[in-house]
Amino acid sequence: MPIVRTLPGTVPAWQETVSREDLRNLCLGQKERGARLVSLWGSDEGEETFVLHLALAVQEGLCWVRVPLPARDPTYPALDDVFANANRLQRATHDLLGLLAQGAADGRPWLRHDAWPPDRFPLRKGEGGEAYPPRVREPYPFVTVSGQGVHEIPVGPVHAGVIEPGHFRFSVVGERVLRLDTQLGYTHKGIEKRAESLAPAELIHLAGRVSGDSTVAGAWATAQALESILGRQIPERAEWLRALWLERERLVNHLGDLGYLCNDVGLSAGFSLFWALKETALRTHESLVGHRYLRDQIQLGGVVRALTASDCQSLREECVTLEKEVYRLRDLLQEHAGVQDRYLGTGRVPPELAARLGLVGLAGRASAQAWDLRVSCPTPPYAQAEVRMATRTQGDVAARVAVRFDEIFESLRLIHHFVEHLPSGPSHWDDSPPLCAGIGVGWVEGWRGEVFVALEMGARGQVRRWHPEDVSMSNWPVLEHAVQGNIVPDFPLINKSFNLSYSGQDG
Amino acid sequence: MANILSEILRHGLRSESFSWPQADLDTWQQALWQRFGRALVIRHVDAGSCNGCELEIHALNAPQYNLTGLGLRFSASPRHADLLLVTGPVSRHMEEALRRTYAALPEPRWVVAVGDCGHDGGCFGESYACLGGVRRVIPVDVVVVGCPPTPLQLLEGIWRAVTSARDSTPRQPE
Repeated sequence: MPIVRTLPGTVPAWQETVSREDLRNLCLGQKERGARLVSLWGSDEGEETFVLHLALAVQEGLCWVRVPLPARDPTYPALDDVFANANRLQRATHDLLGLLAQGAADGRPWLRHDAWPPDRFPLRKGEGGEAYPPRVREPYPFVTVSGQGVHEIPVGPVHAGVIEPGHFRFSVVGERVLRLDTQLGYTHKGIEKRAESLAPAELIHLAGRVSGDSTVAGAWATAQALESILGRQIPERAEWLRALWLERERLVNHLGDLGYLCNDVGLSAGFSLFWALKETALRTHESLVGHRYLRDQIQLGGVVRALTASDCQSLREECVTLEKEVYRLRDLLQEHAGVQDRYLGTGRVPPELAARLGLVGLAGRASAQAWDLRVSCPTPPYAQAEVRMATRTQGDVAARVAVRFDEIFESLRLIHHFVEHLPSGPSHWDDSPPLCAGIGVGWVEGWRGEVFVALEMGARGQVRRWHPEDVSMSNWPVLEHAVQGNIVPDFPLINKSFNLSYSGQDG
Repeated sequence: MANILSEILRHGLRSESFSWPQADLDTWQQALWQRFGRALVIRHVDAGSCNGCELEIHALNAPQYNLTGLGLRFSASPRHADLLLVTGPVSRHMEEALRRTYAALPEPRWVVAVGDCGHDGGCFGESYACLGGVRRVIPVDVVVVGCPPTPLQLLEGIWRAVTSARDSTPRQPE
């Protein structure tokens, strides 16, 4: 029987320790009951032991599974046939820590290109401190497609637009994409090694920079994990203000993406109209908290800036204006035959495929995967606000656009609700509690999907192991399926409709 | 079509006439005209950024900033560009791509390193995976710090780069 330990904090979570012999059975059983793999990572525990960690989303909350592995044989049975998104997670865990998934369908490196040799593992104790390990160049074995008329189009890592770097290898016949193989990892910055030995405030700072467009979600998830370790709740007003900023982050990102989704089908007027709105909203942030993207607003124990009554009033007024404007723009897009022609049926991920591949977040909801932490596992103040989840079943670009519109309107309603009923009281702890050792999790529904954090603190209040997981890690492989059978010129549109994070997945 | 036109008309011109100590719109256009005889073409490279600086580079395209009116344009290829805008602490996995992109720019060329990371690696620092700043890899003319720097700070940095008097001796990275 596994040993079960309930974790403190707002996220319903518990930890189970199982042997590697029992791991597959546990996963198969959980999968049977509808569990989903949120993250998979490893840790070097010293004293000749490694631990493989899994985070599973189950009906009751989050199950953190620990699997001790001996240092002389750090292997475990592969899980990519149980959870499809385990594929890249297993490969990343091998690249960084040398834990090997035996029997995995794909044994190619993932995060390691040439910055360190294949027999060195930066996350092991005593490793990764050296500034520049020797480079070992080996070409990435892309999946090839053969046949009459098949040719390859290599794209990246430097793309034509202002985009993050990554390599896409298209196998095409004429204009039609037969297969896409992606190589990411170009922006690997070694953040998990960097985090080791950081103090809590520095860690939250770093957490807000895992994926630059999800700074509130990232910082909140890490703060949540830290606060649960310290065993103290944050003031009610602070919870509400965090949720307020999270919804504002969702709002501005959706506005920007919808602008680009107009741009990518040649509707430049739509781009300008959406970006004029986004810019106005960013300036509101600047005037309210002094940062256009709300960076570093979340601190241990609360938020930095308490809002005044007039701040709340201006936010309410902006909600009313934005709602009207976005309704007009939605009508504009819906009535535009050219736009709809490009959106409908493009980049389709049917619900069955989405379920099999473990698609989650915004893109998941557009393919009938009804999971939104604000609804499925709500922490305050979402529980009281009764969030309405946006879902669609078509799973195409049009569905992902529709979910974005729905979520903008819901975020505007929530922002209005939060400022209207903002509880009084302090917005942060007025003292700093003594630091202590422990483990904790954070789990927040960012604009793109869930942001998960597992954290272990040492006795002197320093980070022992911090593992953040952006939803992008699980969703990137689905893009390869979404483009199959589409034409190459539709790839930028399909890619933007997902808008996954490179930095967030590269770590 | 009529709907789009009426929406554009309803909003009117959104571009703003902003000014800062160095330049107003006329001075910009004149300076670029004298130096290039055409628009300034910019190529962006993300060398391991968190994507924060990219948000602000995108924001430059918001109608409020009137980028094309100023005479600035982003290019899909480094071979058409005068100026390289580089973000990120330069991950070691992007080092080669950054070098090659820089090499593809015709002379004369300028480099603007963007953000606290582009300056010295920022919170990612220098490690097995990061080189700790753009100037470690290619010569840098101007650094625009900030996390991320605002669109106006970016414009100001670009302005400083193209109006700086610079000799034409080839430079080495630090």
